[in-house]
Amino acid sequence: MSKILVFTETTDDNVKSVTLEILGRLSGQEVDVACIGNLPEAGAKALAEHGAANIHKITGSGLEQYSPEGYSKALKSVIDNGGYDYVMAGSTSLGKDLLPRLAGSLDAGMASEVTNFTMDGGNFAGTRPLFAGKVLAKVEIQGPKPHFVTVRPNALGMPESANGAAGTVNEVSADVGEIKAAIKEIVKGASEKVDLTEANIIISGGRAMKNAENFKILEDCANVIGATVGASRAAVDSGFAPHAMQVGQTGKTVAPSLYIACGISGAIQHLAGMRTSKVIVAVNTDPDAPIFTKADYGIVGDLFQIVPLLTEEFKKMM
Amino acid sequence: MNIFVCVKQVPDTETKVTPNGDGTFIETSSIKWIMNPYDEFAVEQALLLKAANAGSTVTVVRVGSTQDTEALRTALAMGADEAILVEGDDNLDSYMIAKAIKGGIEKSGKTPDIIFTGKQAIDDDCLQVPQLLAQMLDMPSVSVVVGFDHADGKTTLKREVEGGALEVYEVTNPVLVACNKGLNTPRYASLPGIMKAKRKPLQNLSLADVGVSADDRRVKYSNFQLPPEKPPGKKYDAMDEGKQAEVVAEVVQLLRNEAKVI
Repeated sequence: MSKILVFTETTDDNVKSVTLEILGRLSGQEVDVACIGNLPEAGAKALAEHGAANIHKITGSGLEQYSPEGYSKALKSVIDNGGYDYVMAGSTSLGKDLLPRLAGSLDAGMASEVTNFTMDGGNFAGTRPLFAGKVLAKVEIQGPKPHFVTVRPNALGMPESANGAAGTVNEVSADVGEIKAAIKEIVKGASEKVDLTEANIIISGGRAMKNAENFKILEDCANVIGATVGASRAAVDSGFAPHAMQVGQTGKTVAPSLYIACGISGAIQHLAGMRTSKVIVAVNTDPDAPIFTKADYGIVGDLFQIVPLLTEEFKKMM
Repeated sequence: MNIFVCVKQVPDTETKVTPNGDGTFIETSSIKWIMNPYDEFAVEQALLLKAANAGSTVTVVRVGSTQDTEALRTALAMGADEAILVEGDDNLDSYMIAKAIKGGIEKSGKTPDIIFTGKQAIDDDCLQVPQLLAQMLDMPSVSVVVGFDHADGKTTLKREVEGGALEVYEVTNPVLVACNKGLNTPRYASLPGIMKAKRKPLQNLSLADVGVSADDRRVKYSNFQLPPEKPPGKKYDAMDEGKQAEVVAEVVQLLRNEAKVI
């Protein structure tokens, strides 16, 4: 059995679901959770239900907003006293930025963005995609402990059952000292929706969208099914969509339950970024487009006719 | 200003990647190598910063094998002043690479005011080296940077996070900046630039020179394999307008009742 600390991010009213996905895989280990700042009541309850023995709730001056230095110092203070074998977190914007710095401060190794892992005998062994998912490899960590792991959201899936634990909340106050790179302002994004990397459903448009205005038909469909809108590199390079929306090797790697590709031919670098989606629907006028080789449901047709029909059909169902 | 840029050499994005014979890495013999695409934004930003600050130098550092030096030659041809190559295998882990870069920077004899990297390398996709290197140099870092402004020793950086929101950081140098697409438009190397690059200084170092040994390995990979192929899916012809409503209705039913994702 290993002793593991899971770092969780919180939302307005809960914890991020990737935390619960991770906890689901840690049944049988000794598991604590750490969060920084406010912890919503529903979140504390969910953590206990999913097996958190202790919940370290860290607060302190300089921790009101995220900074790699502040957050890593705050977590280090909990890790130094905890005797942990592993520290795990979701591979989110924040997790990806924070954990390498924290691992570095302990001279420890880290496996990034695993999509699966086991804890046989208390030892971590993970699977992760490399070269944007063109190959998979087994990953293990060696050297000084604790070892660090980030897990791709949506990859493990939510646990079907959970073994509860005490979920005792410990208030921890941390003194992180001077922060050299601090946030002075946050500019909201165009989209208030779930980010592509965490979205459960994605509908993406390619070069065949022809212009930025036409993405509205994807937005309309997305609004009905609660999806986030993405784009191919061709669409981004043509100026139809911002880079934040790009799915693929030089954009975001995604693993939603449902991925709907509209007017995307399926270049290697795009397929690499979305091939681990559970179910793929493709709409394209070219019956030989490579995207159809990855699609569970392929519709050979014009997206400008098919997408509005999809939207209508989804409306009937919702 | 002493400006450093870290570049990595990676397989071209259109390259087909396959595991090698014993599954310990990928087959590298027939790969076309390019500069990591995100590093191009790092080189460009370094050159823009140099142009705005007379007397600055841009030193580009790479850790990797020497079978092809495309990435360093490209950076020099774009306008970097000098290069440091730390020779090592192409499958070093992030910790070893960060430690080697740190050693390379120290060997240059210059104290960095600002270090640029790409936000990630598109080979192992670890996104660790920028933050590790900054931590090892006891320097702040800001990653996924899409906005850069520098004045009076202060740097303002825009970091892209979920949903396209931007965190605006203000930091006093030195700082490490990990660059994302959208930050700038990287220049092409001109022909005179390519000719000039051949005469620019290139320092060759070994891993031993920068204090990195096999004991520094933290991450061990094995069982490289191709992802499982999906069985062929269902395909419907809906080019004919008369059939579209029917096809769409069927697919949506299947999404609910067969795939159970809606």
